[in-house]
Amino acid sequence: MSKVSFLNPLNSMNLRQKTLLLIVIIVLVLITIFISSYSIDTTNMVTNFALRNQAPSFEHLFGTDWLGRDMFSRTIKGLGLSIMIGAIASILSSFVAMIMAFISSINKYGDLVMSWLIDFFSSIPHLLLLIMISLCLGKGAWGVIIGVAFTHWTSLARVLRVEIKEINTSEFVNLARKLGKGNLWVAKEHILPLVVTQIVVGTLLIFPHAIMHEASITFLGFGLSPHEPAIGIILSESMKYLTMGDWWLAFFPGAALLVVVLLFDILGEEIEKLLDPTKAQK
Amino acid sequence: MYLNANNISFSYRKNKPILKNISISIPDNKVIGLMGDSGSGKSTLCKVISGYLNNYTGTITIDNELIDKTGYCPAQLIFQHPEKTMNPKWKMHKVLSESWNPPQELKDTFGLKEGWMNRWPSELSGGELQRFSILRALNPNTKFIIADEISTMLDTVTQVQIWDSLIDYCKKNKIGILAVSHDKELLEVIADNIVLFNDINKL
Repeated sequence: MSKVSFLNPLNSMNLRQKTLLLIVIIVLVLITIFISSYSIDTTNMVTNFALRNQAPSFEHLFGTDWLGRDMFSRTIKGLGLSIMIGAIASILSSFVAMIMAFISSINKYGDLVMSWLIDFFSSIPHLLLLIMISLCLGKGAWGVIIGVAFTHWTSLARVLRVEIKEINTSEFVNLARKLGKGNLWVAKEHILPLVVTQIVVGTLLIFPHAIMHEASITFLGFGLSPHEPAIGIILSESMKYLTMGDWWLAFFPGAALLVVVLLFDILGEEIEKLLDPTKAQK
Repeated sequence: MYLNANNISFSYRKNKPILKNISISIPDNKVIGLMGDSGSGKSTLCKVISGYLNNYTGTITIDNELIDKTGYCPAQLIFQHPEKTMNPKWKMHKVLSESWNPPQELKDTFGLKEGWMNRWPSELSGGELQRFSILRALNPNTKFIIADEISTMLDTVTQVQIWDSLIDYCKKNKIGILAVSHDKELLEVIADNIVLFNDINKL
């Protein structure tokens, strides 16, 4: 006898439909966060000493800080900023990865130099290099974005390099060349459609790293400037008030950041399942 | 018109040649059968003649002219495993049109069904894919067909049918065939001359 429950339609769906449903839900949640960070009412974010240090309530879901600002609005603002910086950084990063993979596919010297560069960049600790790049560019949003973009391309570049190499030496590409097709045609018709999956998934999987690193170097004071409502700023400022028992100042923004990062991670994995069905069987 | 391979030597590793001073001549109106043991270098010779392996010594000419290494290769190789020679994310009509668009009656003689055109390579069997790869090689620019064990995965009836249509088309269009196999009976039926190929390391 089959169990009847409200989850029944979920049980009758196949893996592809479940994956699609999950992707749609996650994308909707992320878009909601992003849009609401720009359309949210900012009047309760101004300094109001009458409301300072209030614990979470229905009026102020995440409580208020030492200046009486609503923490919920500040967190949403911060998440919106994080998503935007993450998006620009990871897209830039995968562009760098694509250029590097392209250079390594030209000839064996290009490949040699690129493999060496990939090893070199991945041997330096991410955070250290990120802080250095960000400092050189005068901190701020662009410092963080360029820093993340130039430290996170290595893994995607490595995957693309191997993938392109494998396709380039496959029998169907050799045969295409014997049918008189040139390099450009092979790249456009054979290689690009086969590596698009890796590029999309790779970009999405850089996202969580980008957001986390943005928050952590901002927390350390090498990132965004203190007057921006970034999660890293909120966390580092709330450090001073934690000993007073104002736990909500760090807990909710931190948890929200974690949720967004996890959502991006799951999104990347689910899209990979959708685009590369052999992975879904594992 | 003749395809002449003169004094071909080739080695994958240094000092361990797999082909040594091989010469073979293929006329455009005949089927030359090539027979030999496994590992004797039959497939290597096929790849050298059709331009897949380049660092050989010797010359390959068609009508006393060296084969151009870029552009369409007039000696087209048909592989033993057709599934490897097709992009897994291309539908069959695209796989075929990468070379040319054959007329409908030619598709019919090779038994290509219209319904196969919109399928992926993974949805067809090896024998069905092999018909596509044979037809793909019959582009009007092709002067010679190098058939490397092309019918090993087919049943006897289909084998006869495919070889009949291939030889028929090639005789009409003056395309020479080098048919490689270790199936003596098959070669005795289809080939005009049979060349025996011995492993040089055993001599």
